[in-house]
Amino acid sequence: MAFCDENDDDATTLFFCPNRARSGRSRAPPGMLTLTDVGRRFPGATPGGTEALRDANLLLSAGDFVALLGPSGCGKSTLLRLIAGLDRPDSGQLTWDAGQPPAPGEIGYVFQDATLLPWATTADNVFLPLRLRGESRAQAQPAIAAVLARVGLTGFENARPQQLSGGMRMRVSIARALVTQPRLLLMDEPFAALDEFTRHRLQTDLLALWQGLGCTVVFVTHSIYEAAFLARRVVLMTPRPGRIAREMLSPLQAGANNDADKRLHPDYARFVADIAHAMEAALQ
Amino acid sequence: MSARFAPIVFGSLALLGWEAGLRAFDVPAYVVPSPVAVLASFVADPVGLLVSLASTLAIAFVALTVAALLGAAMAVAMASSRWAQAAIQPWAVALQVTPLPAIAPLIIIWVGDPFAALVVCATIVAFFPLFANTATGLASPPAALQDLFHLYGAGRWQTLRLLRLPAALPYFLSGLRISGGLALVGAVVAELVAGSGGFASGLAYRILEASYRLDMPRMFAALVLLAVAGVAIDHGLAACGRFVLRRWGQS
Repeated sequence: MAFCDENDDDATTLFFCPNRARSGRSRAPPGMLTLTDVGRRFPGATPGGTEALRDANLLLSAGDFVALLGPSGCGKSTLLRLIAGLDRPDSGQLTWDAGQPPAPGEIGYVFQDATLLPWATTADNVFLPLRLRGESRAQAQPAIAAVLARVGLTGFENARPQQLSGGMRMRVSIARALVTQPRLLLMDEPFAALDEFTRHRLQTDLLALWQGLGCTVVFVTHSIYEAAFLARRVVLMTPRPGRIAREMLSPLQAGANNDADKRLHPDYARFVADIAHAMEAALQ
Repeated sequence: MSARFAPIVFGSLALLGWEAGLRAFDVPAYVVPSPVAVLASFVADPVGLLVSLASTLAIAFVALTVAALLGAAMAVAMASSRWAQAAIQPWAVALQVTPLPAIAPLIIIWVGDPFAALVVCATIVAFFPLFANTATGLASPPAALQDLFHLYGAGRWQTLRLLRLPAALPYFLSGLRISGGLALVGAVVAELVAGSGGFASGLAYRILEASYRLDMPRMFAALVLLAVAGVAIDHGLAACGRFVLRRWGQS
């Protein structure tokens, strides 16, 4: 498959949608969110503050898997928080195609740490988002069981976080984000603190989850390998001020080689090298 | 040997040395009473001391309960609003640094009822650790968890009930343990003040009475009883805390 750059938008929309239900591959995928000249500045030591993000333009399509890739301070987490509604931009705007921002539960968020309630069991932690919108435990039970099965945690319903490994805690966190069946899943370096074996397992499982669910994923990472392995579209970001340098489309087939073999595939190796070169050029 | 017996072994050795030293140098009992004399004094009239202890413990217990409720309630009020925090915090600190013996006579005069006055005094001493610990615990959840609650549209009450209060529980319990001892100290200090004013109740009054009569063995018996009560309160509250935390899966 040919390597695609950001300037052949029309051709590349084909790869955006893993959603098998969608017919007519030539049709553009339904949009989701458009960011126009979004900027965010934090008050800080320097006069005028720190410009965490400047003039970010990004189009998020339904069903896409986008990686925000860059070194520390490039504004990738700021961008993610803006999309989540946890923060507001100082300039520019976010335009949701649905006309209004998503309701609670339509966005799932996975933090770098699992950020579980330490006193609650696995099932109770996953129950939390549903509980916060007023569902009873009995009502939520089928959804909890289903999402725990999806992330491979059946049998660990009554374990407390401190009884679980780091990888399993992250699975609980992902299950919690998925239990509301979000349209948009935001992940902020979720695997950065895990060992490599666990990270690879979770990356592979995340791709399988994404293909099964058909939701949109925005994944923040500072690992080129991780971005190349996971994403359909890699957004390169540079620091001081944080801005989007460039976008690259994955040459890898969505849905194919989602196992460890993919890491040995020549296309994957080439994509990693291309991103690395592009990043190097962007940082200069 | 288990470390559990270390305090008993240490205490026994110290008592033996104490007794032996007094006998060797022939020290009179009104200067330093011997352990045997202290024990004899207690055995001679245990009921009087134990009734006084019960009265002191009742004050300490009520004061601890009031301090726990008040401390937790004010910490929650402070956590729920920045305005309340600004309003409450400096007064709580002011209360903490006020010396109890200085204000106890005033409180006894103001309140009137001796039992209530003593409870107020002990509550003032026991209040601060409970208040400060609970406030710290309520603010302890990491920012990411607070973001998560915000993301799912949680209201202030839901965040308090499902996040802040459970997070504050271990802090509250360790504050309770500190304040348990302080409530006892506060009760005794207040009793000393009240006792010198003629209010005849509580262990502190026994201590005063014995010291006026130069009955040092009796005074020491009262002090030992106080020490035992303090250790028992500390152990009881620690066990209670462990039980609650295990019940809530926070051990």
